[in-house]
Amino acid sequence: MSVKQISVFLENRPGCLHEMTKALAEAKIDLRGLSLAETSDFGIVRLIVDDVAGTATTLRDAGFVASLTDVLAVEVPNVPGGLNSVLEVLNGAGINVEYMYAILGNKKSDTAYMIFRVNDNAKASSSLTASGIKIMGAEELSAI
Amino acid sequence: MGNYYQPEIETMPREQIRKLQNERLLKQVRHAWNDVPYYRKKMQEKGLTPDDIKSMDDLHLLPFLTKADLREAYPYGLMGRPLKDCVRIQSTSGTTGQRVVAFYTLNDIHIWETMCARAIMAAGGTNEDVVQVSYGYGLFTGGPGLNGGSHLVGSLTIPASSGNTDRQIMFIKDLSATILCCTPSYAAFIGERMKEMGMSPDDIPLKAGIFGAEAWSESMRRDIESTMGIKAYDIYGLTELCGPGVSFECSDQHGMHINEDYFIAEIIDPETGEVLPEGSDGELVFTTLEKEAFPLIRYRTRDITSLSHEPCPCGRTHVRMSRLKGRTDDMLIIRGVNVFPSQIETVLINQGYPANYQIIVDRVNNTDTLDVRVEMTPEMFTDNLGVVNQRQAKLVEGLRSMLGLTAKVTLVAPKSITRSEGKAVRVIDNRKI
Repeated sequence: MSVKQISVFLENRPGCLHEMTKALAEAKIDLRGLSLAETSDFGIVRLIVDDVAGTATTLRDAGFVASLTDVLAVEVPNVPGGLNSVLEVLNGAGINVEYMYAILGNKKSDTAYMIFRVNDNAKASSSLTASGIKIMGAEELSAI
Repeated sequence: MGNYYQPEIETMPREQIRKLQNERLLKQVRHAWNDVPYYRKKMQEKGLTPDDIKSMDDLHLLPFLTKADLREAYPYGLMGRPLKDCVRIQSTSGTTGQRVVAFYTLNDIHIWETMCARAIMAAGGTNEDVVQVSYGYGLFTGGPGLNGGSHLVGSLTIPASSGNTDRQIMFIKDLSATILCCTPSYAAFIGERMKEMGMSPDDIPLKAGIFGAEAWSESMRRDIESTMGIKAYDIYGLTELCGPGVSFECSDQHGMHINEDYFIAEIIDPETGEVLPEGSDGELVFTTLEKEAFPLIRYRTRDITSLSHEPCPCGRTHVRMSRLKGRTDDMLIIRGVNVFPSQIETVLINQGYPANYQIIVDRVNNTDTLDVRVEMTPEMFTDNLGVVNQRQAKLVEGLRSMLGLTAKVTLVAPKSITRSEGKAVRVIDNRKI
C-alpha cells in the first residue's frame, strides 16, 4: 500500500518557492506534508496532499515541472525509539531508504506520521506490516 | 631599428610585395585548378579558367570558399597534394561537422613556423631569449606553431603546454623565461596566480608576451602588462590557413601585420561579397599564396576587421589588420576554443533535453565563463536529487567532451528562457571586449 507524492522542480532563485505556494494557495490546496531538498543550483519540493490530481494540474498550469512518486506513509509510535523501531525492520529486510520526512497529523498525539521513499515499496510494506507497523493508504492519510 | 626575422621580406617595398603577390597568386590559382577538383568545379561554375586570372586585379572574380565548403569537402576534398606528400594535420576542437582538419607538407610547416618566428622577433625575441609556450600542444595549432617559430629564432624553447599554473610560474622563474606565449585569458590567469603567490613583476624575468587565439581588449592588455611587467603582443591566425602567425603585432601595436608574401587579404561586405575600400570594416578574406597541401582561395574567415597600408614606424611594409571587431556567424571563442551553439544543442538533444537552452558567456577576472541554461522537463525530472544531479553531471561531461571546455550547467524552470518575437535568444555574451 502506498500513497502518491508530488515532487516539484524549483530553480534556485529568490521567490521561486513562494510562486509555488501562491499557486497552491489560490487553488486552495491543503498541504499535509512537505520536504525540501536542495543543491546549490536547484531544489526539489516533495508534497503530500489530499487532492493529488488537482495539485498536479495546478502546478503544471503555473509552469512547474512535477512528477508523481509512490511513497509509504507510516504510522510511527510517538515515543523515544519509535522511528528506530521502524528503521530496524527496514534495515533487517535489506531495504534502502532514499529519504524520509515527517508529515502533519493532529488527531492522535501518541502517533507520528512519516513518509518513506524506499527502493522496494512492496517488500518494505510487507516487512513493516508483518512487524505490526501500520502503513496508511490515501483515505486513511486524509483522515488523520 | 626593428628586430626582424627576415628584414628583406618584412620591409620589402610595396611595389615589390605586389609583384611577388601577383606571381604567387597565378601559381596558387593554377595549383588549386589542377590539384583541387572541388575548387576547379567552383571556378567552372563561374565560367572561369586560370587564364582569366592575370593579376591581383582579377582576384575578385574568383569564387569564395567558406566553412560550409570545408565541411562539405571534409576530410580530404580540399587537399592539393596526395597524402604521401603530407606530414602533419592540425585541427580545431569541434567534434562534429564543425571540425576543421588542415593538412601540411613539410614546406607548409616551414612557412607557418617562419611566420611565427617573425612574430616572436617582432615582439623583441632573439636567440638570447627563453620562450615559454603555454598554448596547448596537440591538434590545437597554438603550441606547435609558436614552438616551431621559437626554434627558428634560436630561442631556448620551453614546451610547457597549457595547464598546471603553479608549474608554469615555476618554469618562468627557475628557467628565466623572457617571453610567454599563450591565450590572453590564460596569461591573465597566470598573472592573477602570481599575485596570489605574493610575486611582483620584479620577481619574474618576463619581458614580453605573445597572446592570441581569442579576442581581447586594450584594457585586458593593460591589466596583463602591469600584472606581469611585460609588453603584450597580439597574434592572429586560423587553423584553416596554418594557425597562429598569419598576422602579428610589432612594437608599434597599431594593428597586426599580415604576412603578405604568404597571403592576400581582402575586406568584403559580408552580405553582398563586394570588395570594400581600404579602411572599411568588413569580413576578412584570405587567399593563400604558397600553400601546397591545403591551398585556399578567397577563404571567408567570418572575422570582422579593417586593413591599413599606412606606413608603420616599425619599418614593416606589410598591411596591418585592426583588432577583431566581431564575427559574421554565431561562433563564440571561449577561452581560445571555437564554440558553435549547434554543438551545445547536439549534446542536449543526445541526452534527452529539449533544444530550449541559453548560453551565457561572461568574463570574470579576465577568464571566460560559459553557463548553459537548460529547461527542466517532466521526462528529465525525478523526485531523487541524486539522479537529477547525476544527469546534470553527465551533461557537463558531454559538453566537456564535445567542446573541450568545462561549462556550468544550470537547470531552470520550463518556459523560463527569454523568448523575443517568439524566438529564443540563444546566446548572451556579456563580455566587454
